[in-house]
Amino acid sequence: MSGHKALNSRIITPPFLFLALILLIGGYFGVQRFMEGMGAVSNLNGGFSWGIWVVYDVVVGTAFACGGYALAFTVYVFNKGKYHPLVRPAVLASLLGYAMGGFGAFFDMGRFWQFYEIFLPWNWNFNSVMLEVGLCVAAYILILIIEFAPAFLERIGQKKLLKVLNKVLFLFIALGVLLPTMHQSSLGSLLIAMGHKVHPLWQTLHFQPLLAILTALTMGFSIVIFEASFSTVGFRRSSETDLLAGLGKVIVGLIAVFLAARLVILALQGKLGLIFTGDFASLMFLLELALFIIPLVILLSPQRRNRGGTLLIAAVCMLFAGSLYRFNAFLFTYDPGPGFSYFPSVPEIMITLGIIALELMVYLAVVKRLPVLHREEHA
Amino acid sequence: MKRRDFLKAAVGGATTLCTVGVAEARPNLEPTENAVGMLYDSTLCIGCKACVSKCKEVNDMPPTMEGDNTTWDSAHDLSGETLNVIKIYKDGTARVKDSVVDGFAFEKRSCMHCVDPGCVSACPCTAMRRDSLTGIVTHHADACIGCRNCMVACPYNVPQFEYNKLFGQIHKCQMCNQAGVERISKGGMTGCAEVCPTGATLFGTRKDLLAEAKRRMTLQAGEVYSYPRGNLSDPFHPHEKAVPHYRNHIWGEKEAGGTNVMHISSVPFDRLGMPPLEERSAASIAESVQHTIYNYMALPAIALAGLTFAVRRNTEDDDHEGGES
Ligand code: SF4
Ligand code: SF4
Ligand code: SF4
Repeated sequence: MSGHKALNSRIITPPFLFLALILLIGGYFGVQRFMEGMGAVSNLNGGFSWGIWVVYDVVVGTAFACGGYALAFTVYVFNKGKYHPLVRPAVLASLLGYAMGGFGAFFDMGRFWQFYEIFLPWNWNFNSVMLEVGLCVAAYILILIIEFAPAFLERIGQKKLLKVLNKVLFLFIALGVLLPTMHQSSLGSLLIAMGHKVHPLWQTLHFQPLLAILTALTMGFSIVIFEASFSTVGFRRSSETDLLAGLGKVIVGLIAVFLAARLVILALQGKLGLIFTGDFASLMFLLELALFIIPLVILLSPQRRNRGGTLLIAAVCMLFAGSLYRFNAFLFTYDPGPGFSYFPSVPEIMITLGIIALELMVYLAVVKRLPVLHREEHA
Repeated sequence: MKRRDFLKAAVGGATTLCTVGVAEARPNLEPTENAVGMLYDSTLCIGCKACVSKCKEVNDMPPTMEGDNTTWDSAHDLSGETLNVIKIYKDGTARVKDSVVDGFAFEKRSCMHCVDPGCVSACPCTAMRRDSLTGIVTHHADACIGCRNCMVACPYNVPQFEYNKLFGQIHKCQMCNQAGVERISKGGMTGCAEVCPTGATLFGTRKDLLAEAKRRMTLQAGEVYSYPRGNLSDPFHPHEKAVPHYRNHIWGEKEAGGTNVMHISSVPFDRLGMPPLEERSAASIAESVQHTIYNYMALPAIALAGLTFAVRRNTEDDDHEGGES
């Protein structure tokens, strides 16, 4: 008997229709991109060859999709079984987040009709961080499909297959912890090759992988809190604050480590002074710092940790902090040299919003039809 | 006890994956023995753009038209149809050539054919390659997925993607030696060097060009020097001219591991729009980090073994406790 159950409520609701409208607009520009080329819809140029399709859809979006990864670590590596009820919705969100990241990357792929070239071993350049990111993300999407398969198999009543799968699932779960560790740290490493174009406050060279993985984990835990809080409100389910408060404690540790690492690295590299120069980059850095410190302060107190509302505020702050860290490094303070500027075009933004809308729509539909959310004890 | 050890291995392995102690840092790549390149002497350049138009001819690219102008190629930066461009530095009244104050100067931008190229290092599909003999960096569109990592990893923003075409590709200068052109392999020189009227763009081996650049640094300003044109190793009808005040800096001797295309000038290079580069190449740092983490996939393998063990134990616990899944 599964501990999960479908919500079984109506799929087509007003919010769903609103998302569909955004998807429609994004879809329109998406078609245009594949009819006339990237230049017709985006503001990408010779200096800013990566815009929000890479930086939001892939770099930030996959960090938002780290909930499954963070929980897999907690539940299966550190054996905290009590968080088990949160795993399945988190895996679903991760699957959708990563799938949409891949989808977004496809829009951004300049030579999309040759995408398979990256999968041909004789083409591989083992020096390339991008190769690691590409292959690892693709592999992780497959792993997430397998990790989520039990929900689907339960739904269609494939008991036998389910049993077989459950026997070997541990292997996939282990891979599901390893792969994100690899490619999330590599997303940081991408910045190393960008050299002087990355602002010194974010160009930490050898430390990029460490900072990237720490933000991935903090964002992963925060998104679990965020999603759970929303399904509590949105689907009128009983609150899971007790469980979430526990995660809040983990986040405190992670933020503390991140902030300490960040400042020590900057000190070691002799860049602390840059924080107070008052230019755009230094202001962004301070904003980022504040967004990390607020949740730290909130979550330090057990009372605040145990209140659903403050917990949610902390999680949202964390998500903004982690996203801003990555946006700052890859885009906001990125400087390819004189003569270039970038601000995403409306079609570019709409395609990204369309992808997010699609992700949310699929999530809503799936939790209503497949056993994803944990069965409530006093339902 | 045993189980704790495995847990530690799992977590340890996973953490090592992202905290890097760079065991074997790879140094910058060295110039290839017979590397060919170009020397661009900004003080000789008169901005005639003969090199720009010859480049378009050799590489079969259309002239770039801007606004109402239909009379001449008005490319002002590298693009999918411009692999070589002449830029200008201007200050104040811009009257005196090669003067920092109230002066102007030219600067040529094209692929620098880095000794340790960021584009080659970053490309996942080996679509950017450095020739092991000539050191020339070429692009191979048949393997390229258009991820544009070469563009972000190039310190000089050289590779350019054709955003305006649905089936566009990356373009960059390949020193006139790509398949179908092969001017260098056939013993010739680059198009731009061939047509340059003043010898501002000079073709030759990197060694010879570096020696020539160093010689120019030692000349007395004002004395007449016989500047070779076209090909350094075969100087025909030199260009005689008084020596300017050179800055004692050969761009590309050391920057980010050096380049095969080197520049000299009397205006500081940051004014000419060259990027702030250290001697260590970003490619060498990125690869060191990458290889420390993924050396023979040993770390990931150890981490996976530990993780598998831990996950297996912990999912079994679930079963024993009669938990779900
Ligand atoms: S200048 Fe740019 S494109 Fe040319 S070799 Fe160097 S990194 Fe590659
Ligand atoms: S755009 Fe093409 S050449 Fe450039 S890095 Fe990507 S695959 Fe390589
Ligand atoms: S052909 Fe020679 S002189 Fe004319 S613009 Fe080019 S480099 Fe300068």
